Amino acid sequence: MVDSIHPTAPAPSTEVRRGPEPVRRRQQGWRRRRLNRYTGAPLALISINLLLFITFFVWPAATGLLYSFTSYTGVGDAPYVGWDNYQKLLQDDAFYSALIRTLIYTAGVVPLTIVLSLGTAVLLVTDYAKGKVVARIIFFLPWLISPIIVGVIWRWMFGENFGLINYVITKLGGSEVPWQSNANLSLMVVIFAAAWAGTAFNMLLFVAAIKNVPTSYYEAASLDGAGSWAKFRNITLPAIAPTTFIVVLLSILHSMKEYALFAAVNDGGPGTENNLLVQYIYTKGFERAQIGYASAASFVLMLILMIVAIVQLSMNRRKDS
Amino acid sequence: MAVTTAPPRPPAPRRRKKGTTGELPKKVGATAIMWLIVVVYGFPVLWFLLSSIKPAGELFSYPLTLFPKNPTFKGFTQAWTSFDVAQYFINTLIVAVSATLLTIIASAACGYALAKYNNWWIKAFTVCILATTMLPGEVLLAPLFLVVRDLNMYNSLSAVVVPAVITATGTFMFRQFFLTVPDDLLEAARIDGSSELSTFVRIMLPLSRPIMLTLAIFSFQWRWNDYIWPLVVLNDPSKYTIQIGVATIVGAENVNWSVLLGASVLSMIPLVLIYLVFQKYVMNADINAGLKD
Repeated sequence: MVDSIHPTAPAPSTEVRRGPEPVRRRQQGWRRRRLNRYTGAPLALISINLLLFITFFVWPAATGLLYSFTSYTGVGDAPYVGWDNYQKLLQDDAFYSALIRTLIYTAGVVPLTIVLSLGTAVLLVTDYAKGKVVARIIFFLPWLISPIIVGVIWRWMFGENFGLINYVITKLGGSEVPWQSNANLSLMVVIFAAAWAGTAFNMLLFVAAIKNVPTSYYEAASLDGAGSWAKFRNITLPAIAPTTFIVVLLSILHSMKEYALFAAVNDGGPGTENNLLVQYIYTKGFERAQIGYASAASFVLMLILMIVAIVQLSMNRRKDS
Repeated sequence: MAVTTAPPRPPAPRRRKKGTTGELPKKVGATAIMWLIVVVYGFPVLWFLLSSIKPAGELFSYPLTLFPKNPTFKGFTQAWTSFDVAQYFINTLIVAVSATLLTIIASAACGYALAKYNNWWIKAFTVCILATTMLPGEVLLAPLFLVVRDLNMYNSLSAVVVPAVITATGTFMFRQFFLTVPDDLLEAARIDGSSELSTFVRIMLPLSRPIMLTLAIFSFQWRWNDYIWPLVVLNDPSKYTIQIGVATIVGAENVNWSVLLGASVLSMIPLVLIYLVFQKYVMNADINAGLKD
C-alpha cells in the first residue's frame, strides 16, 4: 500500500508544487541520519553490558567448557583428559548426594515459599485484615537480611544445646531435638529459614499481580453468589498465573544454587551431609584446586538449570495454547 | 405502584445487614491469621535483637528470658574492636555504592536500547541478557574466577564490583519501563534535532527516576548481602566484605555468640536505614510511572 503510493506521488509534484519538497528532502536526510544512528546509538547504549557479557559470561563459559576436559589446577599446564572429569563426577557418591540434597531442598523450599508469599500477599490485599501497614513492614523485613545473617538467626533459635526452640520443647516436657546433628532436621531448619527469608520479595510480586486483577471480575462473581474461596480459585489464581510462573521459575533457579544459608546454619553439615551442589563445586574448585573437575560439575549444574527452565517454559506455553 | 415498589426496598438493607454480619467473622479471621503470621515472621528478628543486647553470661543461662535483665551493648563494642568491622563496612560500602551506580547506568542504557531499537542484533542481545539469569556467577564459579585472575583483578574490590554490574533483572526493569514510554516522544525529539544519545540522557533518563531508585535499592541489597563471590575473589582479610567477616565468626571452632550477635546486628543497620528512607520505591512494585499515551 505505502510502496504503491510513493512512486506515483513525486511525479506530478516535482515542478508544480514547491511546498512539500523541502519537507521531503529533510525527511530523506533525516531517514539517512536515522539509519546511521540506528546502529551507532544502540551499540553505544548496550556497549557496557555487551562488554561485560562477553568478558564475564561468554569467556568463562567457553574456557570453563574447555577446562572441564582437562585436569587443570589453576596453575601450570592444563593437560587434556577427555571425558575423565565427567566420568569421575558421575561415579562420585558425594556428587550424587549433593545433587539429591539440592533437589530435596528445592522441592521443600519452593512450594513452601510460594504458599507463604501468596498467602501473605492475599492478606495484604484483602479488605478484611486490619493493620496491614505494620504487617507489610514486618513481612518485608527478612528481605533486608543477608543469607548469612538469616542463617545465624535461625542457628541461634535452633541451637541444639542453647536454642530457644529446644528450651521451649524441654520446658513443655519433650526431649532436646537434634536440630544440628541430624541431617534431615538440619535441612528442615534451612528450609524454614529460606522460606522465611524468601517470602518477602515474591510477596511483592504477588501483591502487584493481585492488585492488577480488575475488580469488576470480583463484583460480577459476588453478584453470582461466589464465596471468597471460589473467587480466589477461579478469578485470582488464573489471573496471576504469569506471575506465579515467574516466581516458581526464579525460586527454583535460586534454590538450586543456595550456599550461604547452608554455610551459616550448619556449614553444610552435619559433616558434609547437607553440602549442596554449589558447595560441592566450591570445595572441589577452591579448597582442592581441581579447577577442571569443578568446571565439569559446573556444567552439569548448568545443564540441570537449563533443563528446569526449558521444561517450565514449554509447560507454560502449552498451558497458554 | 406503591405496592410494587415497596417490597424490593426492605430486602436491600436486610441483605446489606447480612453482608456486614457475615463479614465480621471474616474480618476477625483474616486479621487473626495475618497477625499470627506477623508474629511468626517478626519473632526470629525480635529474639535476635533482644539477644544481642544481653550480656554474654545471660545468653545461655536458663531459664531463658525474652527481655534482657541487664541490657548491654558490650557485644557490639566487642565485635567492633575484636574484628575489623569498620574496615569491612568501608569495603562493603565501596562495593555496594560503586556497583549500584554502575549497574544503574549500564542497565538504563541497555534497557533503553532493548526497548526502543529493533535491529536484529538488539533482539539477539535481549535473549543473551535473559540467558544470564540461567548462568549466574555461582554456576560458573571456577572459570569466572580464572577470568578475574587473568584480568589481574584477583584480591581487589573491583573483582567484586565489575562482574556484578550486568544484571538481567535491572536491564529488564528498564526495558519494561521504556516500553511503556510512547515512541512519539522519541520521534518528537528526533524531529527537533536531538541526537539519540542526548534524547536518552536528557529526556528518557529523567523519566525513569522511579526505576532508578528501585534498582538502586535492589542493587545495594544484592551487593551488601553477597557472600560467595566476594569469598572467592577476596583473599586479604583487609579487603573482606561484611558478610565474609560475619561468616568467619560463624565458621570459628567455638562460636563466640555474643560477638556474632553484635556483628550481625551491626551488619544489618545500613540496609534497614536505606529501606526506611526509600521504602515506597521498594513497596510500590507496581511501577507505572510511564507516560500514558
